[in-house]
Amino acid sequence: MWEYSDKVKDHFKNPRNVGEIKDADAIGQAGALSCGDKLKLYLKIEDNIIKDAKFQTFGCGSAVAASSILTEMIIGKTIEEAKKITNKQIADELDGLPPEKMHCSVMGREALEDALKNYLNDEDWSELDEEETEEESKIICHCFGVNEKQIIDAIKINGAKNLEDVSKLTGAAMACGRCKDAIEAIIHTYVKEENKVLNPIQKIIKINNVIETVISPELQKDFGDIELIDVKDNIVIVQLKGHCSSCSNAKLTLKNFVERKLKELVDDEITVTTEE
Amino acid sequence: MEKFIYLDNNATTKTDEKVLEAMLPYFKEDYANPSSMYNPAYVTSRAIDNARSQIADFLGVENKKNIVFTSCGTESANSAIMSVFNKSQNPTKHIITTAVEHPCVMAVYEHLEKHHGAKATYARVNENGELDVENLLSKITPDTILVSIMHANNETGAIYPVYDIAKEVKKINKNIKVFVDGVQAAGKIPIELDNTDIDFYSISGHKFHAPKGIGALYIKEGTLFDPYILGGHQENLKRAGTENVPYIVGIGEASMLAKEALTIENTKVKDLRDKLEKGILAKIPNAKLNSKSKSRVPNTTNIGFEYIEGELILLYLNDLNICASSGSACTSGSLDPSHVLRAQKTPFTCLHGSIRFSLSRYTTEEEIDYVIEKLPGVINKLSKISPFQNELKELWGDKFNE
Repeated sequence: MWEYSDKVKDHFKNPRNVGEIKDADAIGQAGALSCGDKLKLYLKIEDNIIKDAKFQTFGCGSAVAASSILTEMIIGKTIEEAKKITNKQIADELDGLPPEKMHCSVMGREALEDALKNYLNDEDWSELDEEETEEESKIICHCFGVNEKQIIDAIKINGAKNLEDVSKLTGAAMACGRCKDAIEAIIHTYVKEENKVLNPIQKIIKINNVIETVISPELQKDFGDIELIDVKDNIVIVQLKGHCSSCSNAKLTLKNFVERKLKELVDDEITVTTEE
Repeated sequence: MEKFIYLDNNATTKTDEKVLEAMLPYFKEDYANPSSMYNPAYVTSRAIDNARSQIADFLGVENKKNIVFTSCGTESANSAIMSVFNKSQNPTKHIITTAVEHPCVMAVYEHLEKHHGAKATYARVNENGELDVENLLSKITPDTILVSIMHANNETGAIYPVYDIAKEVKKINKNIKVFVDGVQAAGKIPIELDNTDIDFYSISGHKFHAPKGIGALYIKEGTLFDPYILGGHQENLKRAGTENVPYIVGIGEASMLAKEALTIENTKVKDLRDKLEKGILAKIPNAKLNSKSKSRVPNTTNIGFEYIEGELILLYLNDLNICASSGSACTSGSLDPSHVLRAQKTPFTCLHGSIRFSLSRYTTEEEIDYVIEKLPGVINKLSKISPFQNELKELWGDKFNE
């Protein structure tokens, strides 16, 4: 059961400003049916001031509450003021949201941004942009506002090797998890970079280490073993020993286990083969 | 009417009064450790023995020694799978299960694949949520060591033909072990394990009116077993740890009551479930049935409400003191909606708005009538918040603005 604040409960039970504005000056959307939440925001704008706002939301209790409070927050505000509203302000206005639900406030913020972008032309929009943000890194985790640079720093400076490390260091992906793929991609780029600097000798040493400390002990459990014969670029030549050498599944072991481990721990490009 | 209408019996059930009564003496007077060497210990060890007979009878097993008590359904499933894995000499251990399994099996399969070099394969279901048996059997390779199948699905109630599958698996290779997760079947349909090809079968007490924290595992006679919890000689060396005597007495008593109530499950409970299902589908135009399997446990229905999100429905039902559950992503805090509904290709339009109602022998007609009366208003109100107004108006027609 979620710990929703009384204000969240009030707003999903009695949502304000539900519906559609037929002659809206701006319409903004965020989310999608397939993702499980979608918000449509309608604005009536006169003399640079948001005179009216209505919403329609497909989503959970906190999504409805965030949409509802957002309309209350923006009515009467100028476009410049509205543009500065952050997802955190939406969550704060609701007396907080559970961490797993922070993305609901992000959806509100995104729909508002979409509506304002649709209303202004590109030039006006970027002018507004310049006013408030200096050259800033791209936001990756919207729930907690973690940007790309912070994640790269976590990898390069603090030695984060996987998603869990990055999460612990930056707080990213602790809530809805929508940014996990993006973070994995950054990890893939920057953690792999280290491997690229391995010279051929270092690479052979690493392959040998993995075989001796990870692969061989596993094979020994089934009375088999393995020996490294040669490494030619990314082709690793090995010899299976003991039970493995006569086992009918040797080929499978080679591909499913030995090659998979080497790809995972050393280099994605590695293929494993035995001497012909 | 009770304080709240409890229609979430696949999550857990209320402990039967008679079960609690049977348990109480083992907290108060009869607390001796059954392994001890004095008369009071004889009382507790005999109580365990009696409960073991009750569970054996419940599962259609002649020899009560084939029953091991555990702490829950998850422990039963984990220990069965790990035992098969550890006992196998095959270097390329291939394990099969279904795409709709409970996490107590899924998580173990993923763990074995990730950390122990196993190769896992998941058999599919069709759009009615029925298991594609041909597909499952076709996945068997010479390296297959285990097939795990649930007897009944917790989300849709679909029953899978576990006896037939076990038989077919053994025809292909008699050395492949078959584990059946019977947690959602026990107490809802009759179970007969003797003279079948099932090697392991797990049950959980709190799904049939015993308290939480007690389960059992059937292990076919002559099956090698590698204990999961090591320690003393309890449970015939198959599960160490001082026996949880009151809870073992509780699950024994509950199994006896559940066996007696099977007729009620398949008459009264089934009729109420059907009434609820028909009532909702008739009154709510954007309701679609997700429990479409021909064979289904009598207490469960899963209904999707198009263009509305499930957590929101549950929050509104909660205000009406109605307890149900949803396969929506939002209720679990994860990104993904129910893997069971996705496996049967439930359309996105009602995937996130799926609600499971699961009844018990305590459910009354009055309660079902109340839900049928109140739910249409809730869904109508929530439909008006949805951004899919055109789609919903078309489904509801004139009734939309009533």
